[in-house]
Amino acid sequence: MSKATATTKKGDGAAPAVAGKRRVIICAGTGCVSTGALKVYDAFMRELKKKALNFDVILKPESENLHLSRSGCQGFCQMGPLVTIIPDDIFYTKVTADDVEEIVEKTLIKGDVVEWLLYNDPGTKQFCRGTRDIPFYQRQMRYVLKECGLIDPEDLNEYLSRKGYEAAKKAFLSMTPEAVCNEITASGLRGRGGGGFPTGRKWDAARIQPAAKKYVICNGDEGDPGAFMDRSVMEGNPHSVIEGVMIAARAIGADEAYMYVRAEYPLAVKRMYKAVADAEAAGILGSNVFNSGMKMKCVVMEGAGAFVCGEETALIASIEGLRGMPVPKPPFPAQSGLWGKPTVINNVETLAQVPCILLDGAEEYRKIGTPTSPGTKTFALTGHVVNTGLIEVPFGTTLGEIVLNIGGGVTDDQGKMTKDMFKAVQIGGPSGGCLTPDMLDLPLDFDSLRAVGAMVGSGGLVVMNRKTCMVSIARFFMEFTQRESCGKCVLCREGTKQLLSLLDDVIEGRATPATLSLMEQLGRAVQKGSLCGLGKTAPNPVLSTLRYFRHEYESHVNDKHCLTGRCKTLAKPLINAAKCKGCAMCVTVCPVGAITGSKKQPHKLNQEACIKCGACTAKCKFNAIEGI
Amino acid sequence: MTKKPVENTVSINGRPVAIEGERNLLEIIRKAGIDLPTFCYHSDLSVYGACRLCLVEIDGRGIVGSCSTPPEPGMKIKTHTEEIREIRKISVELLLANHDNNCPTCYKSNNCQLQRIARQLGVENIRFKQVLDRKPVDTSSPSVTRDPNKCVLCGDCVRVCSEIQEVGAIDFAYRGHQASVLPAFGKDLGEVECVNCGQCTVVCPTGALSPRSEMEEVWKDLMNPDLFVVACVAPAVRVAIGEPFDMDPGTITTGQMAASLKMLGFDQVYDTSFAADLTIFEEGSEFLQRKTKGERLPQFTSCCPGWVKFTEQYYPELLEKLSTCKSPQQMFGSLLKDRLPEMLGIAKEKIRIVSVMPCTAKKYEAKRPEFIHDGIADVDHVIITQELARMIKAAGILFSDLTPESFDMPFGFATGAGVLFGNSGGVTEAVLRFAAEKVTGKPLQSFEFKQVRGESGLREAAISIDGVQLKLAVVSGLKNAKTIAEQVRKGTCEYDIVEVMACPQGCIGGAGQPVSRNPLAKKMRTKGIYDADKMMPLHKSQENIFVADCYAKFLGDVGGDKAHHLLHTHYQSRRRLPDEGMAFFSGNGGQRLKVDVCLGTNCFIRGAQDILNRLLRHAEENKYENMVDIRASFCFEQCEEGPTVKIGTVTLNHATVDNAVQTLSRELEQQLSGESAAIGGCTSCSSCK
Repeated sequence: MSKATATTKKGDGAAPAVAGKRRVIICAGTGCVSTGALKVYDAFMRELKKKALNFDVILKPESENLHLSRSGCQGFCQMGPLVTIIPDDIFYTKVTADDVEEIVEKTLIKGDVVEWLLYNDPGTKQFCRGTRDIPFYQRQMRYVLKECGLIDPEDLNEYLSRKGYEAAKKAFLSMTPEAVCNEITASGLRGRGGGGFPTGRKWDAARIQPAAKKYVICNGDEGDPGAFMDRSVMEGNPHSVIEGVMIAARAIGADEAYMYVRAEYPLAVKRMYKAVADAEAAGILGSNVFNSGMKMKCVVMEGAGAFVCGEETALIASIEGLRGMPVPKPPFPAQSGLWGKPTVINNVETLAQVPCILLDGAEEYRKIGTPTSPGTKTFALTGHVVNTGLIEVPFGTTLGEIVLNIGGGVTDDQGKMTKDMFKAVQIGGPSGGCLTPDMLDLPLDFDSLRAVGAMVGSGGLVVMNRKTCMVSIARFFMEFTQRESCGKCVLCREGTKQLLSLLDDVIEGRATPATLSLMEQLGRAVQKGSLCGLGKTAPNPVLSTLRYFRHEYESHVNDKHCLTGRCKTLAKPLINAAKCKGCAMCVTVCPVGAITGSKKQPHKLNQEACIKCGACTAKCKFNAIEGI
Repeated sequence: MTKKPVENTVSINGRPVAIEGERNLLEIIRKAGIDLPTFCYHSDLSVYGACRLCLVEIDGRGIVGSCSTPPEPGMKIKTHTEEIREIRKISVELLLANHDNNCPTCYKSNNCQLQRIARQLGVENIRFKQVLDRKPVDTSSPSVTRDPNKCVLCGDCVRVCSEIQEVGAIDFAYRGHQASVLPAFGKDLGEVECVNCGQCTVVCPTGALSPRSEMEEVWKDLMNPDLFVVACVAPAVRVAIGEPFDMDPGTITTGQMAASLKMLGFDQVYDTSFAADLTIFEEGSEFLQRKTKGERLPQFTSCCPGWVKFTEQYYPELLEKLSTCKSPQQMFGSLLKDRLPEMLGIAKEKIRIVSVMPCTAKKYEAKRPEFIHDGIADVDHVIITQELARMIKAAGILFSDLTPESFDMPFGFATGAGVLFGNSGGVTEAVLRFAAEKVTGKPLQSFEFKQVRGESGLREAAISIDGVQLKLAVVSGLKNAKTIAEQVRKGTCEYDIVEVMACPQGCIGGAGQPVSRNPLAKKMRTKGIYDADKMMPLHKSQENIFVADCYAKFLGDVGGDKAHHLLHTHYQSRRRLPDEGMAFFSGNGGQRLKVDVCLGTNCFIRGAQDILNRLLRHAEENKYENMVDIRASFCFEQCEEGPTVKIGTVTLNHATVDNAVQTLSRELEQQLSGESAAIGGCTSCSSCK
């Protein structure tokens, strides 16, 4: 592990009077790494070394006054790479390697703030010095993600210093399995993987099985497009997941656990491997856990690259070396799971909640969230929204709070915050459904979401603006599930293929009103009759868009018109005379001469001649060309 | 109608039905007289739950698959709600929308589950678009034709192949709409470890897997006036051929069968049971010899070509324990091709032997190189029971109305022992009837050995003959065969004879037999065979005077030279699929040094890939293009010694990058100096030096 620790000489006149430990934390979540966080890290290393010589700073491990570390995802991915300096609580965004010299010079040495690197709130136009000043963070409740972005995920000692493994110790040394199950049941914790099944009940079902060998599986096969909650937890605080797994194992009487991590998450895989190895070396895992005489083994396993392997029975098949295909339940994994033994499978985020619950107590935990959905939920907020990234809020937080306040509002296609642009939120990924502007006051929790035909799912939140065609969105998700169906049961394999083909009919102008009712009939059949959860939820995007945006489908079908112009065949571009200034820019770029008009007069677009290439819209400064 | 639920009952559509040990709701619903449609449920196979046709609604639980839900007292089940009927219809329509719907020309037409269920559910139109991506039909196997365009992916074939036969020649590949059932690596069925038993075609609900047809070839031969066409009919055919003509399974129709074959135009109709009797002479004597010497025991039977290929592939070390006897089909073929020209005065080339078999693997067996001499096969064509029935129908022959006729002599004469070959345990019983009299020298009191009969796929019996204890195992289904083979390999059992038939219940359950929806069909056919034995005047192969006559006039001694030449054979290991390896570097010069690097798993993890890469680079850098062939091959079976590299005649074990490169250079140098020596002539005499 490359960790630099440096001390400044006490009483050095050039150095500011900074007492205690100072720390520069560079977010090394996947988002920030992809925008150059590692280069920033290297630049800091170089710069610190250089300046240390100048200012007689001695590089000295162990006694540390200035500590440079890499963290897991801090959430605000859109503004990365992120650099946090504590205890000063200075939060720099979009830092590049070139900025590092200035940061070291001004902030670390002189104690000043480099203002232009601070986050500028688009609402107030104010610079925000620390995270607590930024609405994106202010309105969140970071519970599972508490340590993500603060601690070095590759350093076990840091985790230990923040009460790490104390909950597991408590479970192993001073609680019976039954007591652990009861505590989790009392907390009301529900599975964060999508179904929302009460975790305590799941554990209890496995606990009462008489088998000598049992397993715990941590499901880290997060495959929803646009979702990265589990990844962030595994990358940012892998030990919290291991601790959750240990507690689950203690609760059901298992001594072996599998951490099934999506292979397309190389950083999460690496950190989970390291965390397990470190925990083994420290005697936390192994043949004598906390000197309790009990064994605990954790095996990290990389996923096989199929979406369906997130389904618990398919995941088990995959671990067993078989093709990842679901099998009918019953028997449930709690009765007969991995290699026929009672097995508990929990999602990463669920398990990461467990140590907190054991430390705080069920009663405290229930104070967060709603009575039927206690606790917090992380969401991956993406799409047409000012602030994208990883957020955590208590269950029951309204949709409006997330989209408008934490997300900072809805943007146009250029990323500019625009009023009245909000059209829908797709929640829960390809298995989820749509939420509409009418639902801004809807509290997000398991039951209210189910009531409107959506689901928490794993927690992807894709915000869509008014330029989004809902039929195309349904098609996008349907294509995904169709491709990722394991192909086992007829309704899912053939049904998703036909739903996709019916959507193509709508998008390409071949549909009739009967197409829509057939889509609904087929969707319901797939929903009711499919073998596993993937199939049962696959039609949700279609059914929910049909429910809330039927008029859009109808305009595709009856008027052969896609109002947003996203479906090229059905686009009917039009020049809005009120907006057109007659600058003739569009006339010059149109490759087929479909636009005519004299200068300073509103132009006309000939739909017959138009090839819908979009060149005019890209050129028009006044957004006068609509419907494409 | 609010009756109190009686203990241990479920309610099906409002009527109470007792739970009596049923494993799932489907069984209990069928017991209640309701035939829920299914593609993927077979009581012998594991529950799969994929076709979604057996869905039912349970109060409080919603819609579930009945095949995968165990009954619980008090359950309220509805089998035909409007919603369920709609889902079932949609499922079938979805399948039909991705199906080659050329039903009238399909092999399975009229016997197709998809067709039957579509009709049963009242599917009258397909609301969905045809989305079939046509794929090529695989006709590489002599036994089974695979038409992916008709596959409904129910997985029955996959499970029968892996669960009943433990071969696993086919499995699922790809995802979503691309999902298909394929042999490994997308190879053709004829190239892989398929043992040709054809059990997959029995469970396949559609025409996706069907027996490979040879009817056209047989028709052609029959219509050719220059040819003398002989039919040889296996024992198991006579108790099943009536089924396609609406007779009960097990009905003995030997006479109608012989009559119909003659009407079809066969010049002679013989009984393969004759060859079975002949087999007993050879195999029985072989056993007595081995038993006396105490060597190569247990003696495994070798009549079943599926089992023979299975042994070749998975247990080549047990091949020496297989009886060296050819199967009755092949004995018959070589005997007839040898005798008939002389007996009938017809040239060998003009004689065609057509086997009528209950078995698809027999098609493969007849084409094995061991049984083809100078381009003439011992057996020219093999048609299965299903094909014979089709030919009878095609010729318009009213089978049920036929007046029985007899087989032709002398090769149509058989004893009950020969007929027993149709049942699992039959070969063993026939051997016992032979051996017991040979050992004791006294006629048997009773010819029946009921100890070896039964329905289980794995049976044992101990029989004492004149104080000599014989331990026997009778096995059907290759999974059971594997169990015994493992014991024999480990030396944990002490059998004298092990009879193996690849198909459950033996040949009467072969894949060539008519596909029956009657769950008792196999039982009834088994009984038919035992009845046929009882009805025969003779019950012991040694009583077959025509077989004895053959020995006297022509074969000489049992197990003697002539007999050995005609009636015995040897099989070979097929542990590896035939594979050329992967050529990376192929020169075009004349004499090239062959380099093979093993990239099997063991060698790979020990660094074989690095060695291969280095050798390729070395050859390239030194411009050896025209001097070497470098290939990756898969497993020299020296895994413990890996990585293994073969360079010319040198085999390097524990090879390293360095010694492989050195060896390559050295061998090339030697080759070069060898070549120059050849060009320059002698290098050893003084003038050359």
